[in-house]
Amino acid sequence: MSGGSGDAVLAVAELRTRLDAPGGAVRAVDGVDFELRRGECFALVGESGSGKSMTALSILRLLPEAGRITGGRVRLGEQELLGLPELAMRAVRGRRVAMIFQEPATALNPVLTVGRQIAEVIERHTGNRNPGKKVLELLNAVGVPDPARRCGEYPFQLSGGLKQRVMIAAALAAEPEVLIADEPTTALDVTIQAQILDLLARLQAERSMAILLITHDLGIVARMAQRVAVMYAGEIVEVAARDDFFAAPQHPYAQKLFEALPSPQKRGAELSVIAGQVPSLAANFTGCRFAERCESAWDRCRTEAPRLIPLGAARLVRCHLRERGPAAARHAVAIAGTEEVTYVAVESEPVLAEAVELKVHFPIREGLFKRVVGQVRAVDGVSLTVRTGRTLALVGESGCGKTTVGKALLRLLQPTGGRVAFAGRDLASLSGAELRASRRGMQIIFQDPYASLNPRMRVAEILGEGMQSLDVGASDQERSRRIATLLAQVGLPAEALQRYPHEFSGGQRQRIAIARALAVEPRLIVCDEPTSALDVSVQAQILNLLKELQRRLGIAYLFITHNLSIVEYLAHEVAVMYLGRIVERGTAAEVLENPRHPYTAALLSAVPMVEGKRDIIRLQGELPSPVHPPAGCHFHPRCPEAMPECRLAYPEPVRLSRTRTVSCLLYRASKVASSS
Amino acid sequence: MFAYIVRRLLYAIPILVGVNLLTFALFFVVNTPDDMARMQLGAKRVTPEAIEKWKAERGYDLPLVWNSNEKFFLDKATKTIFVQKSAKLFLFDFGYSEDKRDIAGEITTRMWPSLALQVPVFFIGLAVCITFALLMAVFRASYLDVWGVVLCVAMMAISMLFYIIGGQYLFSKVLHLVPISGYQGGGDAFKFLILPVAIGVIAGIGGASRLYRTLFLEEMAKDFVRTARAKGLSERVVLFRHVLRNALIPILTGVVVAIPFLFLGSLLQESFFGIPGLGSYTIEAIQAQDFAVLRAMVFIGAVLYILALIATDISYTVADPRVRLQ
Amino acid sequence: MPVILATDVLVWLLVLAAAGYGLYCRRQPHLAAAWQRVFRSPAAMASSVALVFFLGVALLDSLHYRPALDTRPGEQKAYGTEVRSVLDLPLADLRGNTEKTYSAPLAMVSYAKEQVELPNGKMGREFPRLRFGGSHLKDASEWAGDVTRRVLAGFAASVLLFIMAALVIRRLGKRRPEIPWNAALAAVGGLLFVTGPAVALSLCYHVLGTDKVGQDVLYLALKSVRTSVVIGTLTTIVLLPVGIALGIMAGYFRGWVDDVIQYVYTTLNSIPGVLLIAASVLMVQVYVDTHPDLFQTAAQRADFRLLMLCIIMGLTSWTGLTRVLRGETLKLSQLEYVQAAHAFGVRQPRILARHILPNVAHIVIITLALDFSGFVLAEAVLSYIGVGVDPSTNSFGTIINAARLEMSREPVVWWTLATAFTFMFVLVLAANLFADAARDGFDPRVRV
Repeated sequence: MSGGSGDAVLAVAELRTRLDAPGGAVRAVDGVDFELRRGECFALVGESGSGKSMTALSILRLLPEAGRITGGRVRLGEQELLGLPELAMRAVRGRRVAMIFQEPATALNPVLTVGRQIAEVIERHTGNRNPGKKVLELLNAVGVPDPARRCGEYPFQLSGGLKQRVMIAAALAAEPEVLIADEPTTALDVTIQAQILDLLARLQAERSMAILLITHDLGIVARMAQRVAVMYAGEIVEVAARDDFFAAPQHPYAQKLFEALPSPQKRGAELSVIAGQVPSLAANFTGCRFAERCESAWDRCRTEAPRLIPLGAARLVRCHLRERGPAAARHAVAIAGTEEVTYVAVESEPVLAEAVELKVHFPIREGLFKRVVGQVRAVDGVSLTVRTGRTLALVGESGCGKTTVGKALLRLLQPTGGRVAFAGRDLASLSGAELRASRRGMQIIFQDPYASLNPRMRVAEILGEGMQSLDVGASDQERSRRIATLLAQVGLPAEALQRYPHEFSGGQRQRIAIARALAVEPRLIVCDEPTSALDVSVQAQILNLLKELQRRLGIAYLFITHNLSIVEYLAHEVAVMYLGRIVERGTAAEVLENPRHPYTAALLSAVPMVEGKRDIIRLQGELPSPVHPPAGCHFHPRCPEAMPECRLAYPEPVRLSRTRTVSCLLYRASKVASSS
Repeated sequence: MFAYIVRRLLYAIPILVGVNLLTFALFFVVNTPDDMARMQLGAKRVTPEAIEKWKAERGYDLPLVWNSNEKFFLDKATKTIFVQKSAKLFLFDFGYSEDKRDIAGEITTRMWPSLALQVPVFFIGLAVCITFALLMAVFRASYLDVWGVVLCVAMMAISMLFYIIGGQYLFSKVLHLVPISGYQGGGDAFKFLILPVAIGVIAGIGGASRLYRTLFLEEMAKDFVRTARAKGLSERVVLFRHVLRNALIPILTGVVVAIPFLFLGSLLQESFFGIPGLGSYTIEAIQAQDFAVLRAMVFIGAVLYILALIATDISYTVADPRVRLQ
Repeated sequence: MPVILATDVLVWLLVLAAAGYGLYCRRQPHLAAAWQRVFRSPAAMASSVALVFFLGVALLDSLHYRPALDTRPGEQKAYGTEVRSVLDLPLADLRGNTEKTYSAPLAMVSYAKEQVELPNGKMGREFPRLRFGGSHLKDASEWAGDVTRRVLAGFAASVLLFIMAALVIRRLGKRRPEIPWNAALAAVGGLLFVTGPAVALSLCYHVLGTDKVGQDVLYLALKSVRTSVVIGTLTTIVLLPVGIALGIMAGYFRGWVDDVIQYVYTTLNSIPGVLLIAASVLMVQVYVDTHPDLFQTAAQRADFRLLMLCIIMGLTSWTGLTRVLRGETLKLSQLEYVQAAHAFGVRQPRILARHILPNVAHIVIITLALDFSGFVLAEAVLSYIGVGVDPSTNSFGTIINAARLEMSREPVVWWTLATAFTFMFVLVLAANLFADAARDGFDPRVRV
């Protein structure tokens, strides 16, 4: 953090980019200044639509067709990039500034081998006509196992994590000075994310390369960056060194972002939310762009746009308030939980829904006669209980079968084996009218707020559909009254009823989806990653709403998620899934504060933390295919504590306390006895 | 790969059975052989004897699906119109046409002129359309693109008949560049084929170029193209190595859809240009209401279509590693 | 006496259905918005002017009657055997003024020389004057002046009408400024400036010449419009129910239903369309020929064949729509709102009607528009091969078929072919442009 501007590899000044849209030009980037210093990792943080990706694409002049740079300067060393002819710019791309993208699945060409895609960079920029050896070195350097074989494979044969490693290898191939990483781990699971972040940090240190890291995740910033810039509505609102920023964020927006993050310390309290939405960038701004959503805004904020004002050494903030001096440090530990009592007394409530040895297998058919040649064991013997008015969080990485459990519990999927019971009735035996009747008790909220509402139906029809189908409410009038109440409950205005889903934002759509589920007065709602498509500030609104509904209506949630910080904030009990089975379950306090299964421990440690640091348990490899799960304990190939016995048989669940079981040979009955 | 082709060939069997049943229903159930005889013999001379004679000469005097006159079970089942006239198509036994010629023999001799016409049309057309579409896509939103699309839309609105009649008039009648119609095998075929091939290519430009342009633009908007640009690759490499190879995959599937149209095109062209191929054979059969030939052509058409489908699948596996390696 | 042909009934039912759909669209904001997007395209506005013109001609031509014969009072009324349509009323002159054989557009004399008595009393071969075309002229020297006068008069009338149209459109433009009325006005202008002089000339000439038996080609072309429109529209309504039902069922129910439907459409697809249509049409022909007692008039027989042609073409071309709908339904049925409906225990017919059908409707509209021009073009080809409409039905295909052999004559008889191809080109181009605009307006991927 010592260097002055002389150290800058990349300096961006007054950058402005417009996107032509049907409703007029959108000023996606509107006067952005920052500099990237030699060997540092500089993070550009912001929510979706803040203009951070457009900034990155503008630097390399790779904007989509509708975009154009309308002003500013981008200096790379001594070279001004915006004025370069396209031909000279091509010599910069990949050679001096390389870029990796968010979605490794689509960013690689599906019909070329990965070796070819790395080699073409070397051939283009170094004149090396025989890059085979160099490709292998690169694949080795980014930690691709068996590089000689992988080199000849196509992207579809590689897992997501490996694809991102290949992307990184291609980016490094010509040894660039600057690497722009645009949300490089957003599409990956946490354990893989940890691997990729490690890799980036190591490469940065080894090659003293500057990294411009674009992300929405403050945890990743805390782990990776030396300096941070926060973007909001096309502008940078705050620039600071990492530690200063995390200790005392200065801009009200940055402060709010921290407060909106769920964490165990905030359990009893509501999460702080940012009211309203990001303003449309097609409009002209007279004042501060955050003024409409800011709690501390006053008249001046609406009439005069704030400048970036320096605040001590190497710190800038765009806020009138800070002219009066810096803000105080963030209170890291929030209000103590008022819920502690219920938190412990989980077992006092009766069992509402139960799965016993639930199995869902999908047959793989092949050939002319569709012979069954194998089974995808998506869910392979899962037992869990959800109690009235409580939240059970089902946690795991993508592909572990957690969504399938949720759907099988609702009988949206037919279980292959095992038992599912709701309110004491076995659902598997129900059919026709009885099954329909039982649907009143259980509902589901989905992940994607855009796919979960029929675009051709008005909100009133969407909310009324379930009631009509399940005969809730005696008459149409009663139903419309109830629909009005529902809307009020989820915090939407009454005029929303006659509108169509596309007129609402993601968060509002998710409220509609919640209202739809509530319409039939369910006692259990399966929440399938309900906030993973939403920004942090909107996520906080939805989590608050869910929590309040549980308190008022006594609804139980089966909360399916990969986001452990939400679990810490919301759940009473936790079940951790790995490859179709539950490896550990217990109360949230037990599991999260003192994980016993090595997988749970690794999963927890892999989550980038905003508060403090923890040691990361690094997992090798990735989730195996559920078609051929590893023999014995499914986790043993990746387990840091695997023993020879682990490959013999799947470990039986061991009861560690009244509420807690774990399926791991480390806790065999004798051991538990001796340790307790 | 081998197993895959065998599987595809096996899958063709139920489809051909379906085609066979359909033609059987169409040609023998909707109208009885008596109706056909009446039609062929003309309205005036129809006596029951004449009908019986006509049927007997052509082997239509059998029951449709079950011959209870025969003694043995096998004969009861096989001495029927269904087996003799329809199922035998599977053995490529097509029987005789109205003018008592061997249909299979006709088909084998007429196959070559048809191929000589269609194969060049297919490949030249593909090359021309891909080039034109690629040009439009590269210079998108320029005058070339805008007017190219206008030209395509206009060309799509022109009837195939116009291309043929207009072409014949201009090049043969006015300019006397090529003979107006006729055909000879060997090296002379060139001068007879050049005009029909050119017309076949031109008639297909409008629709295909516009479709391919859309496909190219779709590929150009993909993430991996942005990655390729971020690597600093030249536009030429981006275009040929990254865009074209990926766009070829949907183009290959589209080509199958075009094969029936190719057949239709050749039908008209062979008839207008007097090329003695399968197309003109079919038209003659339609005009002479020769159902035996039509049955054979329907069956052959289906076989060709299925072969083309399999060929496409194979070329698909060449172009797309995701298909090849799974 | 009105004559009700089957295709007339269907065409008018279709008009009713279209009107009903229009009302439905007004009440459904997303459909109204989609149509507004369609009509915001200048090409769509211009092409719809042309389509409305063709449609108007076709609809007038779909009201048939048998004219009453002249009878003395007291006698029972008698009707002619010939079936005419309302369109024949304004075109009565065109229809009635036939020549002996070919004559070029605007000609005064016949195409072929004939033995005539020369003024000097001898017999000689000469081009005889036409019975109607230019018969008011004394001498060939008056021809150029007369034609110019008539063109100018027709032009003047067009300008007047155009100014009126411009005034109407300006008022419309004030009410709905977002719609490119100028494109529509340009199309109206184009139409007027062609029809004005044509009408003026047609009073005394054969504007587009006459055919082999001396019929006015303009009249034939106008009468052919109905056939094209009938084939383009009725065929799609035959294929729609089949295509939609099978496509959605295959995609939604999967399993054996999907297998069976896929098998059926692969089988149908594997037979080249022309052959299947040809075979079916021949079979219909055999049926018609062997059952002459079923049809009272020649018009009804021709109409039956037209209807059967629509049905046959419809039943052989639903596979494309089915394939697309199957794919889309497969995708949709996995979407979360469909799963949410399952979670509410919503019954399957209702899920299909509320969640699947409205979300594939745009594909249906786009297919409908795209197929129209395909069928119009196919009719000409089929009629040429001899498996299209009845030879007595006026259609572009029959015109082309009758005229193509005359290309070898010297001088060339080009006008019949040129007329048929021009009319088809304009109709198909308009339909294509409209289909493009419809696709842009309805395809959700295009929208930002």
